[in-house]
Amino acid sequence: MITATVFLPLLGAVVAGLFGRFIGDRAAQIVTCTLLIASAVMAGLIFQKVALGGEAQTVVIAEWIRSGTMAVNWSLKVDTLTAVMLIVVTWVSAAVHVYSVGYMSHDPSIWRFQSYLSLFTFAMLMLVTSDNLVQMFFGWEGVGVASYLLIGFWYEKPSASAAAIKAFVVNRVGDFGFALGIFGVYVLFGSVGFDAIFAAAPDKAAASINFFGVEWHAITICCLLLFVGAMGKSAQLGLHTWLPDAMEGPTPVSALIHAATMVTAGVFMVARMSPLFEFSDTALTVVTVVGAATAIFAATVGCVQNDIKRVIAYSTCSQLGYMFFAIGVSAYQAAIFHLMTHAFFKALLFLGAGSVIHAMSDEQDIRRMGGIWKHVKVTWVLMWIGSLALAGIPFFAGYYSKDTILEAAWASHTLAGQGAYWLGCTAAFLTAFYSWRLLLLTFHGRPRADEHVMAHVHESPAVMLIPLLFLAGGALFAGWAGYEAFVGHHNQDFWRSSILVTAAHPSLENAHHVPSWVALLPTVVAVSGIALAYLFYVFAPGLPVALANTFKGVHQFLLNKWYFDELYDWLFVKPAFKLGRGLWQGGDGALIDGVGPDGVAAATRVVAQKVARMQSGYLYHYAYAMLIGVAAFVTWYIFNAR
Amino acid sequence: MNDWPLLSLTTFLPLLGALFILTIRGETEVVARNARNVALLTSIATFVVSLFILAKFNGASPDFQLKETALWFPGTTIAYSMGVDGISVWFVLLSTFLCPICILAAFGSVEKRVKEYMVAFMILETMMIGMFCALDLVLFYIFFEAVLIPMFIIIGVWGGARRVYAAFKFFLYTLLGSVLMLVAMLAMYFDAHTTDIPSLMAHSFPFKMQLWLWLAFFASFAVKVPMWPVHTWLPDAHVEAPTGGSVILAGVLLKMGAYGFIRFSIPMLPDASVYFTPLIYTLSIVAVIYTSLVALVQEDMKKLIAYSSVAHMGYVTIGIFAMTTQGVEGALFQMLSHGIVSGALFLCVGVIYDRMHTREISRYGGLATRMPKYAAVFMLFTMASVGLPGTAGFVGEFLVLMGVFQVNTWVAFFAATGLVLGAAYMLYLYRRVVFGRLTREDLKGILDMSPREIAVFAPLVVMTIWMGVAPGTFLEPMHASVSKLIQNYELARAAHDGLTLAAR
Repeated sequence: MITATVFLPLLGAVVAGLFGRFIGDRAAQIVTCTLLIASAVMAGLIFQKVALGGEAQTVVIAEWIRSGTMAVNWSLKVDTLTAVMLIVVTWVSAAVHVYSVGYMSHDPSIWRFQSYLSLFTFAMLMLVTSDNLVQMFFGWEGVGVASYLLIGFWYEKPSASAAAIKAFVVNRVGDFGFALGIFGVYVLFGSVGFDAIFAAAPDKAAASINFFGVEWHAITICCLLLFVGAMGKSAQLGLHTWLPDAMEGPTPVSALIHAATMVTAGVFMVARMSPLFEFSDTALTVVTVVGAATAIFAATVGCVQNDIKRVIAYSTCSQLGYMFFAIGVSAYQAAIFHLMTHAFFKALLFLGAGSVIHAMSDEQDIRRMGGIWKHVKVTWVLMWIGSLALAGIPFFAGYYSKDTILEAAWASHTLAGQGAYWLGCTAAFLTAFYSWRLLLLTFHGRPRADEHVMAHVHESPAVMLIPLLFLAGGALFAGWAGYEAFVGHHNQDFWRSSILVTAAHPSLENAHHVPSWVALLPTVVAVSGIALAYLFYVFAPGLPVALANTFKGVHQFLLNKWYFDELYDWLFVKPAFKLGRGLWQGGDGALIDGVGPDGVAAATRVVAQKVARMQSGYLYHYAYAMLIGVAAFVTWYIFNAR
Repeated sequence: MNDWPLLSLTTFLPLLGALFILTIRGETEVVARNARNVALLTSIATFVVSLFILAKFNGASPDFQLKETALWFPGTTIAYSMGVDGISVWFVLLSTFLCPICILAAFGSVEKRVKEYMVAFMILETMMIGMFCALDLVLFYIFFEAVLIPMFIIIGVWGGARRVYAAFKFFLYTLLGSVLMLVAMLAMYFDAHTTDIPSLMAHSFPFKMQLWLWLAFFASFAVKVPMWPVHTWLPDAHVEAPTGGSVILAGVLLKMGAYGFIRFSIPMLPDASVYFTPLIYTLSIVAVIYTSLVALVQEDMKKLIAYSSVAHMGYVTIGIFAMTTQGVEGALFQMLSHGIVSGALFLCVGVIYDRMHTREISRYGGLATRMPKYAAVFMLFTMASVGLPGTAGFVGEFLVLMGVFQVNTWVAFFAATGLVLGAAYMLYLYRRVVFGRLTREDLKGILDMSPREIAVFAPLVVMTIWMGVAPGTFLEPMHASVSKLIQNYELARAAHDGLTLAAR
């Protein structure tokens, strides 16, 4: 069954991709959607059997690479962690597939889009079901390519093509770390299979290894290298620049790939590697710091963006930061819990935003929206649900997972964890603020779009709303339903051996016993964030403008996303092209060719000309030369005779 | 056909075809058509015969198999001696696999002197296959050098505008190395009194002599690979060569250098190989980073892919000299995959060159609109070149990096930057050619791939995915030969270390 779950989307992708032109758009949609829904249903059954029933299993399909002592199989491993991911991936993906039928209905290449979506789902499933690092890398790069293809789906738009390349190349920087991490793990453990690595990890806890000429704590360096990969895929601070640009892709793509599934692959990977990370406090601290920094960074930027999708993109970036600092304080369960709830409410928000964009004739700037709630009531309600869940308002999904993360961070009793708690609370305040800024500017107040657009504002068709309703169900109930199993007192019965937390890191257990102010603070700040948004955008609309004018520097700094793009352009992109041109013309052209073949050829010609000039035809020239020769010979013999 | 001389048959079948083509007479049109058909049929027949080699080859044994020996110059040890092991057998197949594809690709692009082109190509095929089968120093040298002649002619006659310059540059570079190699071979003969390659592998040369021999071989092989800084003939040769010539150049000729390292430098001169490993690492890393950056700014499609070849071959040399199982097997695999993938990329350029007669990147853009099939095929090979897991490009790169990481983490670190740079220049190329809006008037009528072109690409597509998903087919027969290579190498090293210790 697991084999079918993983390979049905591939079948859909192949059928739609190769034969889409012949079978037509409608057939391609039917094939891909049906196969994915079948896959989603089976994922549900697997979840019941594996996560609830405890029957973890590994299916080996075929041998992949074997060289020396390194052997890698194509195999599917399902334990609780994977089962949770299967649910998230297939369910959200099924919803997005169906939604796309409506959203992309005017697009000229529908079959291509559906094929890419299914291909992505397949790669993502290969990633989460892997039983070794190399197959995970396969899925990892596979989702990267699918993401590249989907971001650049509207390939006629230069910005879309540029964003696609950026996403792929920045991810490659992360993969560079991931690959080195795999090699490190192989050198350390002599295997790339998870079972072998995890079994040997405790024995190697104190091992050191010589990397780059320095002796390191072996597990720390491996974990850090792997984490670089996770940073790339999950858009953590430093390698995050591709995610906002990725919004050039069609909105269903943003929902599926850049919110619910692919970007969480980094979180999944680190959680999967918990038996390794647990043995390196340094690596965990780094994860905490990076996560917390990303959470606050992205939240600040999200507050001033004007593109509806970019606001949500930065929000995704920020929420991923939460997941990482949860992992950093060894609350892997909470991270995965948040991953799941986030997948539902963030996909809901994105698809809701897509519904708004659809209604507004492809307008994405929230400054030109407003006052449309009466026309798109269902979307409006759903966006409210999504925002309430995102802000962590009690009893919505985000409340359970985000609060658990913050409590665990506080309860870790480490400096980094405490810092993460306070940064996380600040970010929660900002999250609530920008969520309501978005809601209020988009749906409420006075219409700012022109009459032409306003006249066309319409509710989306049922094929788009039904997936939204499904996701809204997740945003409403996933937290409440999953809390006990995922992060409750007996979460060990649910996760079993799929996640390892050593006795030295009991933060999740402690999280159940924090002072009440620690537990209450996130809710309080969320409510105040909402209140501030109302103040700014309903009661005193002049205030944000005045504020932006007063703190112009800060506003510009945030609006320009902390100038990361400019910095990287100046630091890497421009020098690379400059250097390339210099090496080409200076190195290859002037130096190597100039001294080498061209130089030799030219020298030959010069020498030949000189020699030719000596053949002057005058007898006395030749006689003179002969005389010199004779003199030289005689001299030589005289000196030698001595 | 148990005792048929399969290797000789495979080697000389194309030559027979060439002779046959030479006899064709008549109208130019008819001659051209017949020459094409004969060449295609011969090369396909050669491929089929070479499959029998694979069928009869025993992958579990590390020895040279299907051996044929006949004394050549009585009174000396020089013999016509052929044989393949788990390393060379794949290169024989790579050559026979690529040739029919190149000939089919030439159907639309070579229009003048078709008969002569096909003859040159058939001779080229014979020489390539012979080179990979040769087990005698002299025989190897003859084939190794003879390959250059048809290639020189193909570039010089059927090439682009600057074909003469490119052909001479190609010849100058390769000749210089060859002369030194000949001297080294003579020296080997006078020391070991044999020209038999397996015997030479067992012979141990004095350390001082090894150093000089190694350098002489290096001069020849480094040019062929090509390694930085003797790579500058490659971009010019590629740019000027006709499509089929580029494919063979990238697919097979570049492999001759690396094959030479594996066949001669490492087994015969192990101590010198250890001594010079840092040099190889340095040059290879420079090649990976330097040529990747240069590729990024190219304006000519073929030049870009040519530079990317230099970078990819940098991985191969790193892998070979890492001398770990993964390193060497990865290098061999990378050579095979590069043969397929870069060959396919040159064919991709050929497809649009045949239509627009320009290779300038800026003259294209938005091809996806008019040429969806082409866009899909080009995308696959771009991804394979970038080293996407699941395609041929990944396995070799990954194994090489894994192999060298165990020996030297710095080398792995710098070489791995190629992952990022490779993605940058290939995707940038793809974006400028295929993505974007189709605005140029002359592109608006461009046609998608014809059935003939699809037939050219289909086998390459199948191989790229096959090699990526089930690389075991290709790695399995290598294991025994590679492990013998490494074992002998370690033994020789140990003996050398023992000697130097004793001398102290």
